[in-house]
Amino acid sequence: MHASDTSNPDYFHKVVDCQWACPAHTNVPEYIRLIAQGRFTDAYMLNRESNVFPAVLGRTCDRPCEPACRRSRLPSPSGEETPVAICRLKRVASDHKGDISERLPKAPAVKNGKRIACIGAGPSSLTVANDLMPHGYSITILERYDKPGGLMRTNIPSFRLPEQVLADEVNSILDMGVDIRYNTPATSMKAILDEGFDAIFVGSGAPRGKDLDLPGRNESDRIHIGIDWLGGLAFGHIDKIGEKVLIIGVGNTAMDCCRSSRRLGGKDVKVMARRPRAYFKASPWELEDAEEENIEIVINHAPKRFVIENGVLTGMEFERLEWDAEAKKSTVIDTVILPCDDVILAIGQDNAFPWIEHDLGIEFDKWGMPKVDQTTFECTRPGIFFGGDAAWGPKNIIWAVEHGHQAAISIDNHCQGVSVAERLGFGINLISQKMGLSEWSYHNDYNPASRQKMKHVDLVQRFEDLHVEVELGFTAEQTAREVQRCLNCDVQTVFKAAKCIECDACIDICPLSCLTITKDGPEDEMRLRLSAPATNITQELFASDPLPHTGRLMMKDEDLCVHCGLCAERCPTAAWDMQKSQLNINYAGQASTKLELTHA
Amino acid sequence: MPSIAKPLVGHPSLAKNAIGLTIRDYEGTMSTLCAGCGHDSITAAIIKALWELSTPPHRLAKMSGIGCSSKTPTYFVSGAHGFNSAHGRMPAIATGASAANRELTYVGVSGDGDSLSIGIGHLCHAIRRNLNMLYVLENNGVYGLTKGQFSASTDVGSKSKKGEANVMSPIDPIQLALSIGATFVARSFSGDKEQLIPILKAAIAHRGFALVDVISPCVTFNDHEGSTKSYKYSRGATHAATESDFVPPATEIVGSIGPVGSTSIRMHDGSVLNFTRVPDNYDVTDRAAAVKYLREHPGQIVTGVLFADEGVPDMHEMAGSPQTALVNVPFDKLCPGSAALERLMGSFR
Ligand SMILES: Cc1cc2nc3c(=O)[nH]c(=O)nc-3n(C[C@H](O)[C@H](O)[C@H](O)COP(=O)(O)OP(=O)(O)OC[C@H]3O[C@@H](n4cnc5c(N)ncnc54)[C@H](O)[C@@H]3O)c2cc1C
Ligand SMILES: Cc1ncc(C[n+]2csc(CCOP(=O)(O)OP(=O)(O)O)c2C)c(N)n1
Ligand code: SF4
Ligand code: SF4
Ligand code: SF4
Ligand SMILES: [Mg+2]
Repeated sequence: MHASDTSNPDYFHKVVDCQWACPAHTNVPEYIRLIAQGRFTDAYMLNRESNVFPAVLGRTCDRPCEPACRRSRLPSPSGEETPVAICRLKRVASDHKGDISERLPKAPAVKNGKRIACIGAGPSSLTVANDLMPHGYSITILERYDKPGGLMRTNIPSFRLPEQVLADEVNSILDMGVDIRYNTPATSMKAILDEGFDAIFVGSGAPRGKDLDLPGRNESDRIHIGIDWLGGLAFGHIDKIGEKVLIIGVGNTAMDCCRSSRRLGGKDVKVMARRPRAYFKASPWELEDAEEENIEIVINHAPKRFVIENGVLTGMEFERLEWDAEAKKSTVIDTVILPCDDVILAIGQDNAFPWIEHDLGIEFDKWGMPKVDQTTFECTRPGIFFGGDAAWGPKNIIWAVEHGHQAAISIDNHCQGVSVAERLGFGINLISQKMGLSEWSYHNDYNPASRQKMKHVDLVQRFEDLHVEVELGFTAEQTAREVQRCLNCDVQTVFKAAKCIECDACIDICPLSCLTITKDGPEDEMRLRLSAPATNITQELFASDPLPHTGRLMMKDEDLCVHCGLCAERCPTAAWDMQKSQLNINYAGQASTKLELTHA
Repeated sequence: MPSIAKPLVGHPSLAKNAIGLTIRDYEGTMSTLCAGCGHDSITAAIIKALWELSTPPHRLAKMSGIGCSSKTPTYFVSGAHGFNSAHGRMPAIATGASAANRELTYVGVSGDGDSLSIGIGHLCHAIRRNLNMLYVLENNGVYGLTKGQFSASTDVGSKSKKGEANVMSPIDPIQLALSIGATFVARSFSGDKEQLIPILKAAIAHRGFALVDVISPCVTFNDHEGSTKSYKYSRGATHAATESDFVPPATEIVGSIGPVGSTSIRMHDGSVLNFTRVPDNYDVTDRAAAVKYLREHPGQIVTGVLFADEGVPDMHEMAGSPQTALVNVPFDKLCPGSAALERLMGSFR
């Protein structure tokens, strides 16, 4: 094996599973430690740096970090081990933060003369504004509605995300002096170009809900398109629904539609899924939350037609399906009619750019999607950038934020005459955590506590008002327990081969059998002859340089290391050390700053 | 002293042995020895050997004297019995314990100071009695616990940490044991578990006294340039005379898996010690050949199982003592009363 190149920032970044999985690379273990120390404001600000909307995301994030969390791979005496409640700890930071006004980014008094237009006021555009305003850019946002926030405002129901929480975080950006034009749908890209902006960011989302063209579709006004229906709800145009409601589809939108229906008068609400549960798009926790509200999730039913009697929607006919083992092929068993008063279609969203003229050099592919560069977010016309759901179809808030960060870097480069492709990438700092003999500056003990369960408002109370937030947040005791579950994966085991005397102390002490000193060989063969087999090939196998005494290699399987520091503690020569990795993420402003420095 | 106890969470691949225990069940409390001490490595090897042998923790007795090495029984098999005796007295205490309860597995851990200075007499007599035990001599060439004085196993010319050379000739525990009739003699190095673990298993299976001398660098007082017991020197000077593997009784299927090596010795309990390599003209059952071989390799640390003889009766067999532990002998037999005593006394008159 080649000795591992730990000078490549990716090596240690990857060890921090949550941070690696987070599209915006949020420094999770560091903010969890800050919470543990009661430094909620610091924890919030650290989050804000990378994910911009900690209070929103602490309630709504898709949390790709959690399935990635190392903790979930450890065996647990109480059955299955669960990830650290990373997402809800973000909410803890925002719930308990102090006054942050002094610490928010501010726009300089003198503008740099560059004007940027952002289409849509969703999280992607807002992130672009957040990143560029402090560097003197003038940002104009065109928004078709009269409120900012995009789908966070119009589609995520307030029982999951209270309006004020969203407003606070959106305002922290707009208050820098963003020129936001409400009730101003973009109707012509050409017209916007004619306004002479230096760059344009398209963050208009995927605004069109998919329809279902089945018999009866146009014969009733009780058949709704999910995202439009949720929008109507958010803007107060809709305030009731029938008692029997069928939701078609089982993704995120379906979950919000069914739970909203329960609050508007729906008593018998069913979510109708074509495929078995293992293939649902909604996350397990969303399903749990829906089922807690007595919503029935019906599998293996394919919609066939709307049943209209005397011009009134009375039900919907479904084919009952039987699937093969991998749920690829289905056969129809029979058909059933389920009675209903309303049907909500929640089967996906499409992009739509009717307002972008086709003779502007902006190329679209055969699905009508703009051709956008994966790194720079620039389309085929220089100076125009796409991000969020508008770039490659519906994703989620945290991806929209990351797209915003990347597009902002490109916009800064573009406006300062630097190639948009010139990007700094990541850097990493390693800081020893050693305080003395057997003394570390982090809490290195493994805590066997199990994941804290979020308390919910009781069922009666939550249906009394559409706006009652269901989740109550963690109590102080729950927070204290949950923070100790984090393994501090960013406190890295850093090895210096030249110092090792091959005493085996580290190998013997490691509780998870991560370490082995052995003869060199091909990686896949070595993986099987370590202290414990290293079968998780998505996790790095560290190989040292040859050891001075015998030429063998120190190997570490990163998979299940609990970062307890015992290897470093028992090493007589400090060949192992525990060092905190700090990922340096570059945001927009490098090009501007360089320019300022050369002028100074 | 480590900041925390070793977390109880373990690797999901942790296997269970024949009595349903994982290797973690054979651990003890956290070591308080210096980080990097060879003794800790030997502790890990003992843990592995006992786990692999499926020794029930409550059927194990851990015996020791005084020294860093003698502290180590605390660091393995917390669920076992143990006696941490006075300096050099472990063999005597072990003799008494074994006399009372021959059913336990006895593992003694001692040091070169404990064994070859103050306790050398006791060691010799335990060997003479062929006391049924594993005796691990953790040999670092110094009195570690008392801060690094030369011990009786320090080689001539080996330097102290301050640079002074030893002038007195060393006692080689292996040659000593061979000369007074030891029935199982082996040497290994703490840094070579592949060799050490099978040796420990064979030594536990051996009928009688098994001396395993393990070179075990003292990382604090004897790991410097000029020392002949440092990690670096030991690695360079070890010379494996024999190579062997231990086949426990349950896995040995005579006929299908024949002996691998040139020689194999059937142990008392039915297990087999297979030698995969022994030097030409070397017979592991020939005491004189072993001594000769050692003499022919001066300056080298000759390792491996160097001599084994399963044919010698152990202490209980020699003494004709009861087949069971004394606790299992009915009370009226153990203490037959004054009439029986009178009869006995009468027989001497
Ligand atoms: C029901 C539902 C629930 C969801 N729940 C979650 C969740 O819990 N967690 C999560 O991470 N993600 C969730 N998502 C997805 C998430 O909301 C989106 O991925 C994210 O908001 C995309 O951000 P964006 O900036 O690309 O655009 P959007 O948020 O879609 O914002 C686009 C904005 O552009 C405006 N606009 C559109 N066209 C024009 C035009 N021509 N001119 C001017 N303005 C225009 C729109 O009015 C809107 O304000 C959910 C989505 C839906 C539909
Ligand atoms: C009767 C008695 N004499 C002397 C001592 C002091 N003493 C403690 S440990 C030790 C030597 C230990 O050396 P060794 O057995 O080699 O153990 P190590 O610490 O090197 O492992 C001595 C002399 C003692 N504890 N008791
Ligand atoms: S244990 Fe902590 S640092 Fe490690 S992946 Fe989970 S949240 Fe991240
Ligand atoms: S920090 Fe060291 S001892 Fe602890 S689990 Fe990781 S490799 Fe093992
Ligand atoms: S404890 Fe240190 S010196 Fe000993 S083997 Fe491990 S890294 Fe090498
Ligand atoms: Mg000693």
